[in-house]
Amino acid sequence: MQASPNQGISVNVAASAASGTRESIGTMPLRMKISKVNFYYGTKQILFDISMGVADKRVTALIGPSGCGKSTLLRTLNRMHETVTSSRLEGEILLDQQNILAQDVTALRRRVGMVFQRPNPFPKSIFENVAYGPRINGMKGAISELVEKSLRHAALWEEVKDHLHKSAYELSGGQQQRLCIARALAVEPEVLLLDEPCSALDPISTAKIEELLVELKSLTTIAIVTHNMQQAARVSDFTAFLLTGQMIEFNPTPQLFTTPGDPRTEAYITGRFG
Amino acid sequence: MQGAGPISGSRSFLSKLREGDEIARLITFIFAASVVLITISLVYELWIGSALPRHKFGLHFFVSQDWDPVMDQYGALPFIYGTLVTSAVALLLAIPLGIGASIFLAELAPPRISDTLQFFIDLLAAVPSVIYGLLGIFIIVPLIRNVIYPALNKPFGFLPIFKGPSYGVGFLTAGIVLAIMVIPYIISVSREVLLSVPRDQREAALALGSTRWESTWKVVVPFAKTGIMGSIFLALARALGETMAVTMVVGNSPKIAASLFAPGYSIAAVIANDFTEATGELQTQAYIELGLVLFLLTFILNGLARILIIVTTQKGSKVSN
Amino acid sequence: MGARLRWRKFVSNFMLTLTGICAVVSVAVLFFILGYLLFNGGTSINWDFFTKLPKPVGETGGGMANAIVGSAKLLAAASLFGVPIGFFGGIYLAEFSGSKTAGVVRYAADLLNGVPSIVIGIFAFSIVVRPFKTFSTLAGAFALGLMMIPITLRSTEEFLNAVPKMLREGAMALGASKWKTIATVIVPAAYRGILTAILLALARVAGEAAPLLFTAFGNRYWSQGWNQPTAALPEMIYRYAGSPYEDWHRQAWAAGLVLLGFILIINILARTILARGISMPRS
Repeated sequence: MQASPNQGISVNVAASAASGTRESIGTMPLRMKISKVNFYYGTKQILFDISMGVADKRVTALIGPSGCGKSTLLRTLNRMHETVTSSRLEGEILLDQQNILAQDVTALRRRVGMVFQRPNPFPKSIFENVAYGPRINGMKGAISELVEKSLRHAALWEEVKDHLHKSAYELSGGQQQRLCIARALAVEPEVLLLDEPCSALDPISTAKIEELLVELKSLTTIAIVTHNMQQAARVSDFTAFLLTGQMIEFNPTPQLFTTPGDPRTEAYITGRFG
Repeated sequence: MQGAGPISGSRSFLSKLREGDEIARLITFIFAASVVLITISLVYELWIGSALPRHKFGLHFFVSQDWDPVMDQYGALPFIYGTLVTSAVALLLAIPLGIGASIFLAELAPPRISDTLQFFIDLLAAVPSVIYGLLGIFIIVPLIRNVIYPALNKPFGFLPIFKGPSYGVGFLTAGIVLAIMVIPYIISVSREVLLSVPRDQREAALALGSTRWESTWKVVVPFAKTGIMGSIFLALARALGETMAVTMVVGNSPKIAASLFAPGYSIAAVIANDFTEATGELQTQAYIELGLVLFLLTFILNGLARILIIVTTQKGSKVSN
Repeated sequence: MGARLRWRKFVSNFMLTLTGICAVVSVAVLFFILGYLLFNGGTSINWDFFTKLPKPVGETGGGMANAIVGSAKLLAAASLFGVPIGFFGGIYLAEFSGSKTAGVVRYAADLLNGVPSIVIGIFAFSIVVRPFKTFSTLAGAFALGLMMIPITLRSTEEFLNAVPKMLREGAMALGASKWKTIATVIVPAAYRGILTAILLALARVAGEAAPLLFTAFGNRYWSQGWNQPTAALPEMIYRYAGSPYEDWHRQAWAAGLVLLGFILIINILARTILARGISMPRS
């Protein structure tokens, strides 16, 4: 990776071990930068020497077969790995050039939000779910407006605007997941992490959320883990392919899918394994 | 079942087997049925055994303060009052402590420590009532008389609940002893209920930038709210039926008084003290009616508690669909 | 870090520490109780306590030999009454019954379990003391036995149900009848859990005094046979603790120590047996 004169850092995947020549994509500003990250659960190493970037106001996808470590990697970006006591992280993760590992974790998680694999709304009303984040951050005044704005961004407003005080559990699975997205958006995060957000949903809900993501990137930087390659191809601007804890390839999406630089990437995307 | 030949022979072999099984089924059924029989006869005995006062006093039994064996007048209000007050004091003290402890055990303590502490809490629940009574008499009573009463009565004695005098025994003493006795129930059940809250509820809260306390108090605990209510009902049921410890420290005075320091009585305590001294059928049956009341109260509470607890632990597995 | 965030973090640490204190206090009570009993009771325990009868009221000295024997008799008889009902009833629930009957039996057992012990005493009084016109060990044992039934029943059912299917099927495939399978394979596989439950039930009723007040009633002398009133440890503690005599208080502490010691040892024993696992087949 080379530093460039202005704020951005060029994305250059020369760090990838087995690859051949990589061209830099030009100067693409990065919101987050991951450098030489090694991750362990106890004595077992899960991630090996990962380096990549998350481009600002773009969608970056992490793909790979089950167990390759993509979710683990995602969770390091908002330090959720720390909820497991045996986890250990080495390396550097920067958000706007500041090491997130040296910051206060509560403040970090407001800036880097997360949507989980299965919808997990709180046992509260739709309104209160979305209002939760702003409320704990001390917002008192314009909460209703913020809730409406977030629900609109999540393409859920029209469906729930007359039922804001109903329990979140009365919504369908797809609606609940969009509610979770609205909830995450309500704190106005700089980065939004999504961990296989559609894997528990039906195809129609999945399609709705995919549309949503493409629109959301103008609002917030997005990183998404998905086991569905077609989804990654449809939705993302950059894709990283991981295999058994190693970053095999990281490139702009069209390039990775049409002319993969690594034979293993090619094997994966053509369905030979995974 | 008679018969020669291989087929009929095997039929008789099989039927012999089946007969053995049939006998086993019958025997075990009798034992199981006896449980139901016993329970039915218990309720029956309580009902029949209290017929006289029920017919004589009806609902008056519950509102009259006049418990006078000499005049054969039986109003149970002082005992109902005492039972309710001591239980209320017990819950007021036990709920914050119990829920606080269960939060620590479920959310903060590493599994090994949580299990070890829970082990000790379970042992606490095994301590018999008379021993709590023993400690109540020799530790809590002097504590009330020498420390708590002066501390509360001097500045706040004008309030009816803190009015003196104090002999050490009374509603507050019994309430404190009861609190210690029911805390383990609140802790065990609440801890289990909190542990059954799905991980990703807490994670969602943390991912929104909550502090650990915020995620626990605003998300996990509300999720487990019904089950925690269940634990409180269980604790209440235990407190209501508690006999020995209460009767040793409550003062045994069948009077309604506003002050927490006043001596009082409870339903279980008066039965324990006076049942064997009862003369005459009406008096004896009056105590049995008290027993019936106690039975009904704990029956309802236990039933509600069970429903609440089951509902919560099932909710945990149902939510993420 | 903004002021508001600092405050939130402070609140978080403060409240979480508070919960820790609650937990420590709750557990500390147990050790406090033990300590107090050891201190006050330990100094009062002597050979007399275990071997002598109580002295006449007002005189110092004497012991609780009759109460110890009384408790032993009560527990033995209670087990003989309550355990078989619970055990065989549990077998019925686990092995023979349909779900409707099982539901009814279980409900009855839960109901019985929730009955306050003083009410159990009233029931035993009506059923045993009144007809025989005397307080007796039998009546006391009946009351205590009743209290042992629900725990034994539910646990037997639970542990029998937990026995893996393959054990049953293995025995059946060899041609064993159902009751033979139960007796020789299933029950032995579940014995640890069932034994634990019985021990816990025993520990629970050993400390009960309320149901004895109108059944065994108490006795300052030896109780002969089964049809006479008898002293028991918990009942003696109750009477002595509430008395005005210093010497009796001393003896109450000693009795408390012995009783609690017995109960805690059984509890710890039972839980360790259970923790070491239910006997599983080696495949």
